[in-house]
Amino acid sequence: MDGLFDFQVITNNFTYFMVGRYPEGPLGGLGLTLYLAAVSCILSFFGGLILGLLSLSRHAAIRYPVNLFINTFRGMPLLMVIFWMYFLLPALLGKTVPESRTVIMGLTIFTSAYMSQIVIAGIKGIPKGQTEAAISTGLKPWQAMVYVVLPQGLRNMIPSFVNQFVSLIKDTSLAFIVGVSELTHVATQVNNRTMSSPTEIFIFIAVVYFLICYAFTTLSRWLEGRLAWRKAI
Amino acid sequence: MLSYQFDWSVVTTGKYFEWLVSGLGLTLQLSAAGIVLSFLLGLLIAVLRMSHFGPLRWFAHVYLEFFRNTPLLVQIFFWYFGSYKLLPMAVNEWLNSTNFEFAAALIALTIYTSAFIAEDIRSGVLSIPKEQMEAARSAGFSYIRSMQYIILPQAVRITVPPLINQFLNLAKNSSLAMTIGVMELTYQARQVESYTFKGFEAFTAATLVYLVLSVVITALMDQYNNRVLNPQRG
Repeated sequence: MDGLFDFQVITNNFTYFMVGRYPEGPLGGLGLTLYLAAVSCILSFFGGLILGLLSLSRHAAIRYPVNLFINTFRGMPLLMVIFWMYFLLPALLGKTVPESRTVIMGLTIFTSAYMSQIVIAGIKGIPKGQTEAAISTGLKPWQAMVYVVLPQGLRNMIPSFVNQFVSLIKDTSLAFIVGVSELTHVATQVNNRTMSSPTEIFIFIAVVYFLICYAFTTLSRWLEGRLAWRKAI
Repeated sequence: MLSYQFDWSVVTTGKYFEWLVSGLGLTLQLSAAGIVLSFLLGLLIAVLRMSHFGPLRWFAHVYLEFFRNTPLLVQIFFWYFGSYKLLPMAVNEWLNSTNFEFAAALIALTIYTSAFIAEDIRSGVLSIPKEQMEAARSAGFSYIRSMQYIILPQAVRITVPPLINQFLNLAKNSSLAMTIGVMELTYQARQVESYTFKGFEAFTAATLVYLVLSVVITALMDQYNNRVLNPQRG
């Protein structure tokens, strides 16, 4: 095995892999990956909540267009969504949009569509009697949703949200395609510059992604177990 | 947007239309091959994961966790740029003599999807009551034969809807193959955009094709759910 692998390229560029040119320049590498994932996750939580609630609306005029929107984005590859954002946003806004913002928009819309399914499942998992009881005590339907159903439903959704966050971390790698210098992009840059150790570089970033995603997957499983235990008592 | 002149003929006729059609052809080829291979590999990994032999089970566990928790794009890059150091010379030579971009994308898609499929199959199998296995074993079937004749046929039936979902994901994920130069649908849409500046038309055409694909597959899945999982008894 001696001489087969040479991980020197990793140690030489370690800070570049982790944070890009930060603090002298913009944040990049793993730092940017986590930033993109975190911002998109928070935005798409609200996006998914709104879409999920709207798609459960009693009015067909709201339900149908919202479902069409959700299913359109769930039927598209994420790469396609990012390309759409890449050339639609500047056209719609009439000015150039930073690439990282393009990617955040694309990830947010795409993930919101998936998050909405988690929200719908979470709400449907709460027995109907709860809503009926809330309404019969005099709450309006929206109050029953906000004060009675959602607080219980959201708690059950937490493990699925964490899983979605793991998907988001993996999906940020597509930011590479529009030139955002997150971890995957940094890896291709280092690879193009050194030309000698692609195997080591891609194994290294795969392991980095794995460690982070696996930590969150484990967290999600633990939360799931805890929720099941709470329900049992 | 008002100054933009729509010209749909760009994507419905002529050379650019042919590009998109050839892209669709490659997307379908990649997806079809990926579906078959990832199903077979996923089935194998699921069986290993449930094996009574520790090392096999452990191997399957590591395989599942590693490939599910790593971005597909990184896996594609690994197979395309970095796999040569790990593969025997003969395999490298053979891969280079074929369409290597396509092969690398297919290998990555297959392995990535097989990890998800294996988990779906495993939860299908776990949903079959344990007594079925015990009954099969006491009737004289070996472990493998019990799996083959008793457990898997039932489990596969339950597993079909999530599997179809994975196949749909695979078809959408095949768009990532464009990053290493496989000229599939997304690649061709991008290509048409850069040649004609008709990005709106090109991406609309490609998006519609993906949507039709997923609507068709979803409709098939609903049909299956209605016919097989919840048959109406007359």
